[in-house]
Amino acid sequence: MPLFDQLYNSAHWLTQNREEAEDLVQDTYAKALRGFSSFQPGTNFRAWMYRILRNTFLTSRAGLKATVPLEEDDDLAPPATVDTQTPEMVLIDRSQQELLRATIDELPIRFREILLLCEVEEMSYQEIADTIAVPIGTVMSRLSRARAALRAALRQKLQRA
Amino acid sequence: MNCDESRAQLDTYLDDELPAEKMRDLDGHVRSCPACAADVLARVQMKRSVKAAGTRYEPSAAFRAKIQKQIAARPQRSWKLGWLTTAAVLATVLIAGAVRMYVGQQNLRREQLYSEIADLHVATLGSANPVDVVSTDRHTVKPWFQGRVPFTFNLPELQGTDFTLVGGRVTYLEQTPGAHLIFQIRKHQISVFLFPENGADQVLGSPPGVERKQTFNVATWTQDGLRYIVFGDAAPDDIQRLSALLKAAAGT
Repeated sequence: MPLFDQLYNSAHWLTQNREEAEDLVQDTYAKALRGFSSFQPGTNFRAWMYRILRNTFLTSRAGLKATVPLEEDDDLAPPATVDTQTPEMVLIDRSQQELLRATIDELPIRFREILLLCEVEEMSYQEIADTIAVPIGTVMSRLSRARAALRAALRQKLQRA
Repeated sequence: MNCDESRAQLDTYLDDELPAEKMRDLDGHVRSCPACAADVLARVQMKRSVKAAGTRYEPSAAFRAKIQKQIAARPQRSWKLGWLTTAAVLATVLIAGAVRMYVGQQNLRREQLYSEIADLHVATLGSANPVDVVSTDRHTVKPWFQGRVPFTFNLPELQGTDFTLVGGRVTYLEQTPGAHLIFQIRKHQISVFLFPENGADQVLGSPPGVERKQTFNVATWTQDGLRYIVFGDAAPDDIQRLSALLKAAAGT
């Protein structure tokens, strides 16, 4: 099944719960099968599937529970806001993977989502824009905020550790 | 380009999303500015770590089977005209997707392995004591590994060549113990990794000649149940010659 493992991984990150992730993936495939005629050949199949997953999540119990509005102030910011902050060598090695996971888990969901699409799924900005239905400028600004937030949270955790 | 301008674009640069011209400008700046180069390194490290950390959850086998059944069951239940066509188109897309995904995953696995190997190589050369057995004599280095790694191997005679043996250490790649040997040619140090073949290394294959991975030159093959990886910043020709010496020695 195409994208099955990736969709599941994303679903679990979004729902933070195995059962809900399974429900979400199941609904996503059901909707994809039903709505396949709405898929336009030649357009991005992966973005289409992720869009279904995401919309299903947003309207699910778990998604509504995650009350944080997905579209926030960053959509109003000028599109080319970029992160000028130096990472100050927040170097993290493999042994700190759990710490990094916990930090990603605690990020606001719109940051978590875009980081995963970019770094794990390695989607292009255009693909991310298609998936989360925002302009490319918003993708860039949100991504840069997400990275800054991740670094700041990580730095705090490392200092405490 | 100054550092502020550069820094503002680094993430986009590393995401490979800058227009070609800006890409070249930034490339030029990063090569000449140690501060920005360090910044790039930190960001690359972070990208890699997030990728590794983000690939976290796997569906259970039971759940996979359930969804497979769900997809397979659909056409029989449907009575709509044209559904079969849709199902056929979807199946084609699914199969094409699966093939693409498989190839993609293999590529990803390979890149992950090479990224770990690059880490091992760089971390070792950067450390104060890169090798645990310091010797240019293969008859000292080889026995040192006895009882330390679960296999034995032959090292080439280097007299009359421009390679020298620096020494070796025990290393691990995905929890598998192996031998990490360091050779030197002129100013370049070359890592030679030896691991028992265990299936996981199959994705590396045995490409002919020298490939470029993670900005290093690399040759890899399997011989007598061992996976050989020759890795370093030396010229492809040097990597090739060292590989040939190792292959010849293994055959003796």
